[in-house]
Amino acid sequence: MNFSDHRLLIANRGEIAVRIIHAAQALGIRTLAVCSEADKLSLPATLADEVMVIGPARADQSYLKAELILEAAKQMNATAIHPGYGFLSENADFAQAVVDAGLIFVGPDAHTIRQMGDKACARTTAQAAGIPVVPGSDGEIDSLEGAIAAAQTVGFPLLIKASAGGGGRGIRIARDANELAKEFIIAQSEAKAAFGSGAVYLERFIEKARHIEVQILGDGEHSIHLYERECSLQRRRQKVFEEAPSPALSSTIREQLCQKAAKLAQALHYKGAGTLEFLYDDTSEAFFFIEMNTRIQVEHPVTEAITGVDLVQWMIKVALGESLSIQQDDITINGSAIEMRINAENPAKGFFPSPGRLTHLQWPVGEGIRIDTHLFDGYLIPPYYDSLLAKVIIHGQTRQQAFERAITALNETQIEGVLTTMPLHKALLQDPAIKTADFDTGTLEVWLPENLHKLIEKEKDDALTTH
Amino acid sequence: MATLDIISPLPGVFYRRPSPESDVFVNEGDQVENTTVIGLIEVMKQFSDLTADAQGTLIRFCVDDSEPVEPGQVVAIIEIQE
Repeated sequence: MNFSDHRLLIANRGEIAVRIIHAAQALGIRTLAVCSEADKLSLPATLADEVMVIGPARADQSYLKAELILEAAKQMNATAIHPGYGFLSENADFAQAVVDAGLIFVGPDAHTIRQMGDKACARTTAQAAGIPVVPGSDGEIDSLEGAIAAAQTVGFPLLIKASAGGGGRGIRIARDANELAKEFIIAQSEAKAAFGSGAVYLERFIEKARHIEVQILGDGEHSIHLYERECSLQRRRQKVFEEAPSPALSSTIREQLCQKAAKLAQALHYKGAGTLEFLYDDTSEAFFFIEMNTRIQVEHPVTEAITGVDLVQWMIKVALGESLSIQQDDITINGSAIEMRINAENPAKGFFPSPGRLTHLQWPVGEGIRIDTHLFDGYLIPPYYDSLLAKVIIHGQTRQQAFERAITALNETQIEGVLTTMPLHKALLQDPAIKTADFDTGTLEVWLPENLHKLIEKEKDDALTTH
Repeated sequence: MATLDIISPLPGVFYRRPSPESDVFVNEGDQVENTTVIGLIEVMKQFSDLTADAQGTLIRFCVDDSEPVEPGQVVAIIEIQE
């Protein structure tokens, strides 16, 4: 297909905006960046074919403002909008508004985003497709009496989750009925304040579980899975270190899990890239669907590394009307890949943010190394947005080889002027439990205080902290 | 009367309220203690309290609610009690 008549607006910033620009340019599509005042000199603003400043630094006055993005799309004669991740990427009203403005939304339709974005509704949809879910309440719970009754079947410990929540936000734990009585009221009012809706549901808290997610890709008619990613290493429910494939799954379980995910994608007539997230219990080999993300994910490159499929290009191609020409049988796992998120945070000081100007930057080179980033030498990292600076993605023929290459790669990496989470990744790569994949979603929270001494950066950098 | 500047140690966005619907932490003219929180500074989605670190009357805010601040910028002025 020839896409040269298309003009793709990227409604995002940072590394994912760079990633989308590269994918679109490779397809011969003209790229249009929109940015805040604070991002005028950013890498995506420089790389895109055209750029427009849409508002002040704060995201709620720029990247989160649908009307500003739509107005820019009109002025720039965009034909399609890619939302990236975060910001408006899972906002069904925005997806609909894009279509109503006569443009193409790169992602599933508003109905699917709404259906799968609502956690309780996603659960019901998954169950209907024959996918096991974590024992939980039957839909939303609107009273404490209802919560107490539902807890009888759900069991303790349980999680009270905001239907409209996500990214680890809007979740409270109750270990018994007394805690439920206290936490339920707080959860409701927090959900109302944070997401504008007080709707919550209950879910059993599986304490020692892995977070495993399956990548899917569809063109609206046929869909495939691209195997799984393991994202159990999390801090405050934010992923830190991801890999593909999961070192924990047997090939039998892998096939079962991924086929079920593909079946759900098929049932949804899914269009674009999406991810089904599961909890996996090593001992019982049971997996439970938790939620779906109807967008590209931060950690998508590990899947690209082991399958050789360019997910971002495919999202754009199917959005512009091309059929998915890859079949399920074409997808095979080649080796192993890991992704380390390099954030502007000081791991030795409670991961306190460290924005500022880069004084020196050097990326590693070599076999199996991919860096997704918006950094450049001299870049002033603004304090207004997410702290993600770069993703170091390492591919090897085996997991061990990926780890070995990763150690070399991080040792060659130099980021100066701000503090980063690199020391954390260097320590993780050397840790016996991490090397043998002996972890669950709670591991890192325990590991961090015990290994804090390994996370102190050299004094030269420490002197640069402002606190 | 001596005055003291409350300086932002961080770059970010200054907030005078704990949440958009809440009342301000302190009003101009209010008495403050060392530990009184006068606002929040948001840096990369993390919030830090900004305390008065002095005893006296907060006579003026120099940064509006929800406005960007730079490290070293004066956020408010306190009149110190002798």
